[in-house]
Parts: sequence; C-alpha cells; structure tokens
Amino acid sequence: MNLFFFLFSSITVLSCVAVISSRNPVHSVFFLILAFVNSAGIFVLAGAEFLAMILLIVYVGAVAVLFLFVVMMLNIGVDEIKVQAKKYMFSGVLVAFILLLELIFSFSNLDVIYQKSNQDVYKLPNTHEIGNILYTNYFLPFQIAGCILLVAMLGAIILTLRKREGVLRQDISEQVSREKKDSIEIIKIGKK
Amino acid sequence: MQLEPSYFTILSAILFCTGLLGIFLNRRSIIIILMSIEILLLAVNINLVAFSNFHGNLQGQIFTMFVLTVAAAEAAIGLAIIVIFFRNRGSIKVEDAEQLKG
Repeated sequence: MNLFFFLFSSITVLSCVAVISSRNPVHSVFFLILAFVNSAGIFVLAGAEFLAMILLIVYVGAVAVLFLFVVMMLNIGVDEIKVQAKKYMFSGVLVAFILLLELIFSFSNLDVIYQKSNQDVYKLPNTHEIGNILYTNYFLPFQIAGCILLVAMLGAIILTLRKREGVLRQDISEQVSREKKDSIEIIKIGKK
Repeated sequence: MQLEPSYFTILSAILFCTGLLGIFLNRRSIIIILMSIEILLLAVNINLVAFSNFHGNLQGQIFTMFVLTVAAAEAAIGLAIIVIFFRNRGSIKVEDAEQLKG
C-alpha cells in the first residue's frame, strides 16, 4: 500500500510540475490528465472509491477534454522563450517555498484522532454511505450545487453565443404567418 | 495496513505549492493559470478525502463533491471567458488584459 501511494503521489507531483513548466499548452493538458488519473488512485487508497470514479468522470472526462477543446480551438501554439517568466521567478519561488515550509512544519506534528468504529459495524460500500448522507443531511447543499451547475451552464452558453451576419436561420413566426395570397399568384398563360 | 496521515498532508502541500508557483510563473497564457487553479483544488480535495478517511466520517467526501461541482463550473465559465477574450484580442496573454489597470 505504501508502494502504491508513493508511486501515485510521485507521478502526480511530477506531472503537476510538468503542467506548469511545459511550453506547449496541449502537453500541459495531457499532463493534467495524468495527474488527475493518479490522484484518483490516491483517492482509492484513502478509501473514497466513489469520489475516485467521480474524479475520473468529471475531471478527465469533462474538464480536461474541455481544456483540450479550447486549447486546440484557439490555436495558441508553442510559446516563445519565456522572457516574462524571469521577472516573477524570484517572488514566486520565494512565496511557494515559504508556504511549503509552513505547511510541512504545521502538518509534521499532527495528531489525528482515529475513529474507525462507526464504519466497521455497518460495512456498507462507499457509494451507499455517501448516498445515505447526501440525500438526507446534505439535501439542500445538493440542490444548491445543482443550481450552481445550471447557472454555470447558462453563463457559458450566453457568454460564447454570438450573432453572425449572413447566416441563414429559421424564422418561425414569419414562417407560420405566411398566407396563401402573399405567396401564390395566378398568372394566365396562353392566348387570350 | 494504514497509511500515515502526514503522507497525504505533505503530498497536498507539495501540490498546492506547485499550483501556486504555476500561477506566479505562467504570466503568458491564462489557460495555464486555470490549470494551476485546478491543481490547487485537487490538493485541497486530497486533504479533505484523507482526513475524512482518518476521522471515519464522510463529511470530507461530501465536501469534496461540492468542491468538484464548483471546480467544474469555474472551468466552464473561465474557458468561456477565455474564448471571448481570444475573440476580441486575438491572443490570451495575461499582459494583454490590461484594460482594468490591474
């Protein structure tokens, strides 16, 4: 179990470093997918099987593919030499290093109270337990999360919708209100 | 066999600092900054799931699910903003977004 944890976590960390340091955005998206798959493995090791599958479906299946669509649609291409990055290199490394030291220092002497009694009695699968809690105790936050997703979907559609000139569209009211006398004309043909 | 809690916390600390460093370093394209934000949220999720496991209750996993929801919504809105920004400006460099004088 330790071996798998170190395998997954080292691949996750390395691919996250590759995400922020690779020059091609398409490679960044692929390394992001690798990081998400390996952290799904870490979730499985931490006993959250349902969330691992959700992470695969939501992140790898939806978010990363959305990133990939946008990167390929915008045609950004490989960046030039990073001149701009040098300016922020020192402050960024300083802030990240100080934060890392603080986090490791505060997490290193950590007393976690193990409470494993409740889970061993009713040994339900992880998905059943989450369902039991989510639809009863957390029903209102669940609904609010649905509303957030609806608003995000509407916002994304409205932001990217644009009316272009010269595109033929169906005008339903004009189509329905068309009458016989407007569109048919009787023309006499022949000798008179 | 039980994993140590400090493994998970140190892993999430390293991931969080990587994402933060990504926001600092990638001043050239907004899309990498969005990916760094996803890495930050992933680090927080790992912490929540690990402590949910060690405390033996499921509140952390429920909260992780809501974080996932918000992350998906944020990615959709952010990418839509990037698309219209590219449509207006022709590039997604951070330096071009200077109209707010930020």
